[in-house]
Amino acid sequence: MNHAGVLEAREAFGETTLIVDPAQIVDLCRHLKDSEKYIRLSGITAVDLHPAEPRFEVIYHLHSIERNQRLRLKCLLSGGNPEIDSATGVWRGANWYEREVFDMFGIGFRNHPNLVRILMPIDWEGYPLRKDYPVHGYKYSYPSE
Amino acid sequence: MKHSFEDHTSTIPAVQEIPATPSAPRRMTLNMGPQHPSTHGVLRIVLELEGETIISAAPDIGFLHTGIEKEFEQKNWQQAVTLTDRVDYLANLSNNLVYALAVEKLLQIEIPARAQWTRVMMTEFSRLNSHLVWLGTHALDIGAMTMFFYCFREREDILRIFEMFSGQRMMTSYIRIGGLALEPPRGWQQVVGKFIRAFPSKVDEYEELLNANPIWMQRTQGVGFISLEDMLDLGITGPMLRGAGLNWDIRKSEPYSSYEKFDFKVPVETSNDVWSRYRVRIQEMRESAKIITQALEGMPEGAWQADAPHVVLPDREKMKTQMESLIYHFKIVTEGFRVPAGEVYQCIEAPRGEIGYYVVSDGTSKPYRVHMRTPSFGNLQGLPKMLENTLIADSIAALGSMDFVLGDTDR
Repeated sequence: MNHAGVLEAREAFGETTLIVDPAQIVDLCRHLKDSEKYIRLSGITAVDLHPAEPRFEVIYHLHSIERNQRLRLKCLLSGGNPEIDSATGVWRGANWYEREVFDMFGIGFRNHPNLVRILMPIDWEGYPLRKDYPVHGYKYSYPSE
Repeated sequence: MKHSFEDHTSTIPAVQEIPATPSAPRRMTLNMGPQHPSTHGVLRIVLELEGETIISAAPDIGFLHTGIEKEFEQKNWQQAVTLTDRVDYLANLSNNLVYALAVEKLLQIEIPARAQWTRVMMTEFSRLNSHLVWLGTHALDIGAMTMFFYCFREREDILRIFEMFSGQRMMTSYIRIGGLALEPPRGWQQVVGKFIRAFPSKVDEYEELLNANPIWMQRTQGVGFISLEDMLDLGITGPMLRGAGLNWDIRKSEPYSSYEKFDFKVPVETSNDVWSRYRVRIQEMRESAKIITQALEGMPEGAWQADAPHVVLPDREKMKTQMESLIYHFKIVTEGFRVPAGEVYQCIEAPRGEIGYYVVSDGTSKPYRVHMRTPSFGNLQGLPKMLENTLIADSIAALGSMDFVLGDTDR
């Protein structure tokens, strides 16, 4: 993969992972979709490596039906103010996956058309899948509406 | 006293009305759900209507969110199998399987042929189960009530088979890391054989009721169109894509659990509407029945659990007589087994499309992170596009043809 955004390529369990520079993620995605036939975005998710720094990994699972290949992209983000460009311009399907990551990890996606919580109630405080979020939550019931 | 039409309408408060102007016709925002019978779960859709035409639809999900991904991080690897059932409660065995396959990939353990074949057979039963519930409820929504009883009659037999194998009707947790939860019970061949010999004639019955039924044809043909490009872009998978002419099935393209040893076809239809999705799923039921028949006839002999004493619990006999086994038993029960650090993405073809589990291990006895890429979540994202500029009456048929499960969407 000859692209300036790819920092490192790893092979494990027969799966390829590319470590990507977060600033170039959209450019790389577009390149992969247009030139490398990765027309499907299987999903976007994140991993919290708390208390390590950089704290967050944003993971993209790409799939090419034609080449029958899968590819994982990984961006590392710092814990201070995690933000990355949205891939909704490349695949419209990224919309909900990015909202889910925002909802669960509090990672912002720049230029996202509608970045609001998707699974948790709209007024929920905190990001449940962060490792420093207690399992029982900070509160035990919904606020009265 | 005689009421005029104007008098009557003025007393009914509209949900939210935008006044009509000569340039913009009257629009209404209508809330559908979350407790609407045809949303098959708890889904809310905010519809913007112009007369009976849907201008835009905005699905609102999350009502069934139970934090399963967070829960995964609290359980040990084997305990977490019980959570996977509860994600998609109609295709529970598919979820068991994909999780087990992902963790086994990390552990790098070999699963014996008999366990693999039993897994295939059971996942195909869960596909039948899911498609039967889909057909019954979808037809019920459109008005063919008889279908519901026909489909649930066969589904009941399948649930009995699940109960016979695992002791549970729905939350089976039958496929475990390292093999199966229990050895297949004595005499299962007779029960499965009896069911599967009769099943094709039952599918004939469904087709007889629906195929030439003019109401069914009118309600499904040409309804719920969404182009293949849009579907791929929005992340829709499974029978929806095969109903649009794309021959892609993970069982064929990336075979798992010895699916490559089975002979079956991938049904493809091209009309890309509710009707074609119905045709695809009906044919998939026939193919699943073929796979189950092959599994029944060619079931290999041998072990039903992997030869991995650090993962699989030893049997009681060994545990009580051999010290080695006793130590393994103690270790597995008290702290669970450890999984080497690493990350894998494993996907399988579930009844609704691609289920993909992204599993991260940090080398301890609990999963560090499990992300479920569920087909319903991906498919539902295509809903606004599909409902755009269609009639509100057709939205029920279109919703049904997507075959989503809200537990699967919200997790």
